[in-house]
Amino acid sequence: MKQQKDSGAVKWLLIVISAAFLIVMLILPLIYVLITAFREGIQPFLAAVTDTYALKSIQLTLEATILAVLTNTIFGLFAAWCITKFHFRGKKIISTLIDLPLTVSPIIAGLIFVLTYGRQSILYPYLKSLHISIIYAVPGIVMATIFVTFPFISRELIPVLTAQGTDEEEAAALMGAGGWTIFRRVTFPHIKWAFLYGIVLCSARAMGEFGAVSVLSGHLRGKTNTMPLYIELLYQGYDFTGAFAISSILVVMAIIILILRSILEYRGKKSEE
Amino acid sequence: MIPGFGLSLGVTVTILSLIVVIPLCSLVIFSAKLSFADFIDTVTSARVLASYQVSFLTALVASLINAVMGLVIAWVLVRYQFPGKRIIDGMIEIPFALPTAVAGISLTHMTVDSGWVGSFFAKFGVHIAYTRIGITVALVFIGIPFVVRSVQPVLEKMDAQYEEAASIMGASRAYTFRHVILPEIMPALVAGFTMAFARSLGEYGSVVFIAGNTPFYTEITPLLIMSKLQEYDYASATSIALVMLAVAFLILFISAVIQSRASRIVSGIR
Repeated sequence: MKQQKDSGAVKWLLIVISAAFLIVMLILPLIYVLITAFREGIQPFLAAVTDTYALKSIQLTLEATILAVLTNTIFGLFAAWCITKFHFRGKKIISTLIDLPLTVSPIIAGLIFVLTYGRQSILYPYLKSLHISIIYAVPGIVMATIFVTFPFISRELIPVLTAQGTDEEEAAALMGAGGWTIFRRVTFPHIKWAFLYGIVLCSARAMGEFGAVSVLSGHLRGKTNTMPLYIELLYQGYDFTGAFAISSILVVMAIIILILRSILEYRGKKSEE
Repeated sequence: MIPGFGLSLGVTVTILSLIVVIPLCSLVIFSAKLSFADFIDTVTSARVLASYQVSFLTALVASLINAVMGLVIAWVLVRYQFPGKRIIDGMIEIPFALPTAVAGISLTHMTVDSGWVGSFFAKFGVHIAYTRIGITVALVFIGIPFVVRSVQPVLEKMDAQYEEAASIMGASRAYTFRHVILPEIMPALVAGFTMAFARSLGEYGSVVFIAGNTPFYTEITPLLIMSKLQEYDYASATSIALVMLAVAFLILFISAVIQSRASRIVSGIR
């Protein structure tokens, strides 16, 4: 079908406006991080990223990200299976609750964990007698990270599974296949790309979470500082080279994530056809 | 019967309870303990009211800019062919992939009066960092993908025959856009705008660096909650958080109403 064409001038004007906006708003801040990180040469950069506290913060960020991705993967798979393959009452409530963390400000996410496990909580005396500290400690950081990335994997899986329907699984079950076999041989091939896509999105957000983690971290250097929190600390101490050096690691991770994302999106679209 | 109902429901409900339901319940329990007079006092104190104004105005302006630019970008990406299109399409997700704190320090360092961008604007007496303009810039950064990604699929699916019909009947390009294309994409545009707006109201990481956090001028509501928490004033923090949550749900509700009305008008069902 022939589409009505805009005149060349309008077309190029709109393209130039879009490109200029995106380059100034999105690309410039990204490049600026890389340039500022290396402004004083390679030596200060290496010194900043190999600092003991920097390495500790990288380690903590990795731990929190892996745990968040793991939890949300398990949750995402079971929740997507449960929501798309069965009919039961309260389904709507469950799916609303799953999406809820997306609408809550990260600061409020942090706050609700402080209220649950903090000093004024009814749980606090029990936790204290068991010597478990959650807020201002690593478990709090991990829980906040899980909370803010909670729907990321299930949200990618649910639409794909809904579109696929339940016929194939029902046929497999009639032929006597067990649950695990059905999932592995029938369901998983359909959701493979969406699943990987969800993991990528989840890791991206988990790595970079700032607000919620900031509420729950005691800001103890080397103990409860994740990379974004360590960046804040350096920046507020006017150590700009250090702050941008650590940031550049996250920028490189972000670029890798974007490339992975477009590959997965492309593969996903291809496998649908 | 497909197996695994009990197991999957059990795992889902358990994890959901631990991560979402129990923490939310503790918010409800704690709120119930607040005295109503104190609650009203806290949420209507001058400094808190000023922070609502800052948060609301900057989020509104940023989301309006994003609605316009997001529409233009989505249009360009769907309707035109040009070199570099795929790269531009991939760039849209940068705000999702880049940690907000990194975006925050980068935008701030660039726009202070001695920075690359800031020094240019300072010549005209415009200051970006540590003003409301700075907050708006940060919110434009984080909000843009919401609008583009919400409008883009609708534009892709849109049938060109209505446009053709309009142009055959002699409608100008501008008239066709306003009366044929715009109503069709309006629900998606509203959805994108609301998501960007809701996200902007709650945004913390990218704003906290660029805002400068001067009370009554550039102090946003999430930051105020944060400072109450650092003073261990949980009652005030919770009160302000309740107001923010109420506003967030109200926005989502209004958006749902507008979307369903707009899609009813388009589909002709009343």
